[in-house]
Amino acid sequence: MSGVSYHWDFSFLWGYRTVLLTGLAYTMAYTVGTILLGLVIGLVAGLMRMSRNPFIRGPAFAYIEIFRCTPLLVQIVWFYYAFPILIGIEMSATTAAVLVLSLYTGSFYAEIFRGGILSLELGQWDAARAVGMRQGQLMRHIILPQAVRRMMPPFINQSVIQLKNTSLVSTIAVTDLLYQGMLITAATYRPLEVYTLIAAIYFVVLFPLTALGQYVENRLRYAE
Amino acid sequence: MPNSETMAGTSAAHSEAMIGLYDVHKSFGPLEVLKGISFEVPRGGVVALIGPSGSGKSTILRCVNLLETPNAGTIKVGAQTLAFSKRHRLPGDRRLADFRARTGMVFQSFNLFPHKSVIENVMAGPLIVKRMARDEARAIAERLLARVGLAEKAEAAPARLSGGQRQRVAIARAMAMEPDVMLFDEPTSALDPELVAEVLAVIRGLADDNMTMLLATHEMAFARDVADRVVFMRDGVVVEDGPARQVIETPQHPATQAFLAHFHRR
Repeated sequence: MSGVSYHWDFSFLWGYRTVLLTGLAYTMAYTVGTILLGLVIGLVAGLMRMSRNPFIRGPAFAYIEIFRCTPLLVQIVWFYYAFPILIGIEMSATTAAVLVLSLYTGSFYAEIFRGGILSLELGQWDAARAVGMRQGQLMRHIILPQAVRRMMPPFINQSVIQLKNTSLVSTIAVTDLLYQGMLITAATYRPLEVYTLIAAIYFVVLFPLTALGQYVENRLRYAE
Repeated sequence: MPNSETMAGTSAAHSEAMIGLYDVHKSFGPLEVLKGISFEVPRGGVVALIGPSGSGKSTILRCVNLLETPNAGTIKVGAQTLAFSKRHRLPGDRRLADFRARTGMVFQSFNLFPHKSVIENVMAGPLIVKRMARDEARAIAERLLARVGLAEKAEAAPARLSGGQRQRVAIARAMAMEPDVMLFDEPTSALDPELVAEVLAVIRGLADDNMTMLLATHEMAFARDVADRVVFMRDGVVVEDGPARQVIETPQHPATQAFLAHFHRR
């Protein structure tokens, strides 16, 4: 019955507030940075996958499916330890973390872009081409602005997952929120309080985001 | 020999025609939809394409502005002529876009851009394709919207308009590019009956201004009154091609007679 008699004490964590805030800052920076990079990668890969040319479509298909169908934790470990040996370069934990997180979320964004674009009526392509728009113009002015609105709910959903996924980079000693928690645990031997607080911090950051996602989804439903 | 008379009256040099199709073939997979189509529309002429659904009318229109690529044959619009065969590669993106910019098209399902207001729909071509200054594009769009009777709807969203209003915006959008020719793909087929007249009135106005037009339609009375010539199609071939009143009122070919009997009975 030791669990019941455990004496919870969160007060010592106040002394670690800077350590935790640093960790949160890293987590946010990794999240925002890799979402932005992932969006660029996802847009390019999503458009490539829709190409009629198999030499453009093929690599995009391979990239998307490899990253979607292997665990992120395996990718992180592989890119940090195996990839540098394979190509003969040094790679810092930061580089490996940014690279993998961007590529991983980019593969999901690629499918979100593709789904949003394919959900539009073919008449939109016809009409844009009929007034003389070139492929780039019709994508930029007609297709993407409409597709992006439909993409917002899955995009927010994937971004929430991405923030939580950044915690996996703690395994290669990137000083994110979870890694800082592990450091504090090692110093204090009080994992229960530490991980409870860490979970609470993630929740406080993410709950408004999921609420925003719900709001956007409702608004889009009314707009259609 | 239904095809033999279709070349009558067309000059071998393709000189005066604003729209010309010369032995155009188009297949979708194993299905041959156009089996050697040839006819011309002279400058300022109005030609109506009639025929049963699936006869190839839409495909002809889509081939004229290259939304579909013919498998063989030659397409001419204004001063531009493109030949197609197995040995010819599809023209590049820029060439296709330039070709289409001179060819206005109006679709059965309107296809307005729902994320843009009415006037932005009309301005889209001049702004994006011609890179015109905003004020200039706006002036053109306002003039065209007034012409189709929708000046007061300029800032409305397309979703707020009736079908007839949407189709009139679509006509203004195509006209904003100042095209050499206008193509209409069953422009009133998706409309409630009481909204058909307002759209036909706009098209008739364009004909009165000597716009060169090719129009697929099921409105036989309109074809008879507005078109100079009527081309009757069935199963991917031109069956009959002649003066509008003659083809509609005294069709020569049995297939044309059978098709039109259905309309006269109504």
